[in-house]
Amino acid sequence: MRALQVSRSVGRLGLARVAGALAPAAAVRVGPLDLVRIDPPELPGPGWHRVRTRLAGICGSDLSMIEGHASTYFDDWVSFPFVPGHEVVGELDDGTRVVLEPVLGHEARGFPPPFPGAAPGDGDDYAHLATGHLEPGIQTGFCCSTGGGWSEQFVAHTSQLHRLPDDLPDERAVLIEPLAGGIHAALLAAGSASVQRADAPVVAVLGAGTMGLAAVAGLVRYAPHVRVVVGARYPHQQRAATALGAHHVGPAAELARAVRRLVGCHVVGDHLSSGAHATVDAVGSAASITEALHITRPRGRVVMMGMPAEVTLDLTGLWHRETELVGAYTYGTEQLSDGTAARTFDLAVDTATAIESERWLSATYPLTDHVDAIAHAAQAGRRGAVKVCFDLRVGA
Amino acid sequence: MPRPGFVLHVDTQTPPTLVWRGEGMSLEQLPADRSRVIYAPEPKPALDDIDGAIRHALLHPIDQDPLPALLTPGMKLTIAFDDISLPLPKMRRPDVRQRVIEAVLDLAAEAGVDDVHLICALALHRRMTENELRHAVGDRVYDAFAPSGRLYQHDAEDPQNLAFLGTTPQGEEVEINKRAAESDLLVYVNLNLVAMDGGWKSTATGLASYRSLRHHHNPATMEASHSFMDQHRSELHKSNWRMGQVLVDSGVKVFQIETTLNTDTFPAPFEFLSKREWEWNARDRATYLGTAKSLALAPPRLSRKIFQGIEAPHQMTSVQAGEVEAVHKVTTEHVYAQHLVEVDGQTDILTMGIPYICPYNVHSIMNPILVMCTGLGYFFNMYRGKPLVREGGVVIMFHPTEPDFNPVHHPSYIDFYEQVLADTTDPHVMSEKWERQYAEDDWYRHLYRTSYAYHGVHPFYMWYWGAHGMRHCGRVIIVGGNAKAVRRLGFVAATTLTDALEIASDTVGPAPTITHVHTPPILMSDVR
Repeated sequence: MRALQVSRSVGRLGLARVAGALAPAAAVRVGPLDLVRIDPPELPGPGWHRVRTRLAGICGSDLSMIEGHASTYFDDWVSFPFVPGHEVVGELDDGTRVVLEPVLGHEARGFPPPFPGAAPGDGDDYAHLATGHLEPGIQTGFCCSTGGGWSEQFVAHTSQLHRLPDDLPDERAVLIEPLAGGIHAALLAAGSASVQRADAPVVAVLGAGTMGLAAVAGLVRYAPHVRVVVGARYPHQQRAATALGAHHVGPAAELARAVRRLVGCHVVGDHLSSGAHATVDAVGSAASITEALHITRPRGRVVMMGMPAEVTLDLTGLWHRETELVGAYTYGTEQLSDGTAARTFDLAVDTATAIESERWLSATYPLTDHVDAIAHAAQAGRRGAVKVCFDLRVGA
Repeated sequence: MPRPGFVLHVDTQTPPTLVWRGEGMSLEQLPADRSRVIYAPEPKPALDDIDGAIRHALLHPIDQDPLPALLTPGMKLTIAFDDISLPLPKMRRPDVRQRVIEAVLDLAAEAGVDDVHLICALALHRRMTENELRHAVGDRVYDAFAPSGRLYQHDAEDPQNLAFLGTTPQGEEVEINKRAAESDLLVYVNLNLVAMDGGWKSTATGLASYRSLRHHHNPATMEASHSFMDQHRSELHKSNWRMGQVLVDSGVKVFQIETTLNTDTFPAPFEFLSKREWEWNARDRATYLGTAKSLALAPPRLSRKIFQGIEAPHQMTSVQAGEVEAVHKVTTEHVYAQHLVEVDGQTDILTMGIPYICPYNVHSIMNPILVMCTGLGYFFNMYRGKPLVREGGVVIMFHPTEPDFNPVHHPSYIDFYEQVLADTTDPHVMSEKWERQYAEDDWYRHLYRTSYAYHGVHPFYMWYWGAHGMRHCGRVIIVGGNAKAVRRLGFVAATTLTDALEIASDTVGPAPTITHVHTPPILMSDVR
């Protein structure tokens, strides 16, 4: 079958990093990603299914890996060669359409779940991600045993699959996975003590690519008492955030002042004297984390949704202001404000329909045009796009 | 003998007209046979003996006792003076304020008055730096009073140092600086740059608080002032005069000293900027070319530094002292004598080059809000009788209108631009919806009181300043303006004058009459 595959090559990763600074397409050409013909992965055991890819999204974490920016942290949590692609809508052998919850959790790896009914992402010991009968891999798309969505087919465990209703189109469904990530980050922000204590809490969202927009959608839908302030770099992102119902949307450079106006505080040096009760950083750079720390009030929470890799930060303000710095990786089981629990993916399915998430799907490419597709995704903001996908449906 | 103002009717032989574009300039060819250019009167001659004239005014005031007769040992004397917003550009040393204050202090010393405070009447403007204060009052006065805390700047946000004096019959609250209100004598040292300055505006505005100012710095007053420069038709003027009566009724004794300046605006090598183009000699043409080309290539910061460093050679043309209203009547005559130009009839399109400076960006940046204020607030209102442009006509300004702000001087302007103008450009709507939030913002208040920031509400006032112009005109176009910023202001950007005229044709037809105000130097049109 045809597949895009990432091989372990330090030299090509280094080349990609250099070339990526010049042009995303150059990084793809010289980097560790190749369009290859490989055998489909074997089914690892009972409860596993063969999934034929219909649509597979290109995520920021995929780009980071291809462009050689991913942290060495992942060296022990992924296994090469792997086929990327974790935002996937596919089809089982019996024709059932499914969306993938990509985390290779306890059940997929043959371990008992941490609690009855746990989602793949739940648990407080990640040993299972690197052990068991599968090669290491935090999720589908980074594990050589399972394959990934950037190929004609891959394998997935029953615990990872969500059957799609007939009236939910592929183009909407392919946004469910990123929406789940955004909702998880939104609920982490909304669940912070700082937000919980406030009468009129303010949550800032820094960045409005797919994940930033997903966080906004999550905040508006599942934390309606929160005033959401969004800093979005591009006009189409601003329009999308506004359409989702954010309280205030403006250019990213104006976010700090917008937060200040809303909470009515001072500016002292680089920091707001108070600030947002929580901030979701949907960018993941040193600059964005720094900005998030500057605009979050003392004892507030910064939720890092964007994958940061290696950054240099001045954390004096974090120390002085007792800021919580919290990561937001994927999804699991959420505690909602009404006291009930829900799987993030279920919330994301509902949200995808409520917001008609297919609006965010900007372009689709065949696998053979992967250089153009990845370049498009890497420049999504400036090219007016939100989500770029591979389309492997028959006839596409 | 200086020549009066002049209206030039443009024909095919007319040389191109100099047009300001912020910290740049260009020559523009106006359409022949339907355009005219208004040139300012030449500068009036300066007084021969300025210090003598000042002393004479203090000893022979109008409708008031001579100053020495008002000065007694043990009295509390306050001298208030105009802030950095005038004159424009700043004048060469010695500043008029220094000359007048030194003369007053000499008389106070002769009379044995010890309790003397000097207060810069800045209202809601930014505080002046030490260097700026030294420039205005002179080193001798500064060194004698500032170290002991007797030379300071009005703080409109210091409730302990404000005095509420009452209300006008219209319900306007009058609250001014407490020291000034409670002094045995308040001497006000004014510098009258335009007809709107001076009179009761000096004290009722310059020493007032937001509580007072909001009664006349609002869209309704501004829209009803036709124009600010015409006392008889200015609601702003009338409100200040009503407040002045409250000052009188509550026992505030004011000795008003008003001065007027000529319009000798630009020193060498920039004299050509004040000349009429057909009278440019070879050197003027060469200087223009060199200046325009250099400015086009220079980074904005450098151009700004060059222009903001200009010290104007303008000099005093009159000084009068005494009772506020009687003094101001004479002052206004002197101002009109310098500024007025008779103009026959209105025009379809009014064009104006916006220079690098206005009262609110001395040593600072002319941000987009100040561009609007300078064009529609000041230049548009420089008329008596009727506006130069007909109702529903078009105003074309020239300015880069970059969204650049000085964060120290204009912090609330940045928020105003990002938040308020993104929501509305309607002065009435923003007044209702946003003004109070900005006026009471604790951070802006802090910066106004302790840094060098204009008060939080100030950008609103600048916007209101243009309310009459906005309401009157059918369209506003900014040639050379940053398209995004110009759109944010609610106007239309054009690349060239030709494009602007094409855009304007939708409003005023294909062959409109055009009038260009060739300012600075300052001029005021007396439209018949």
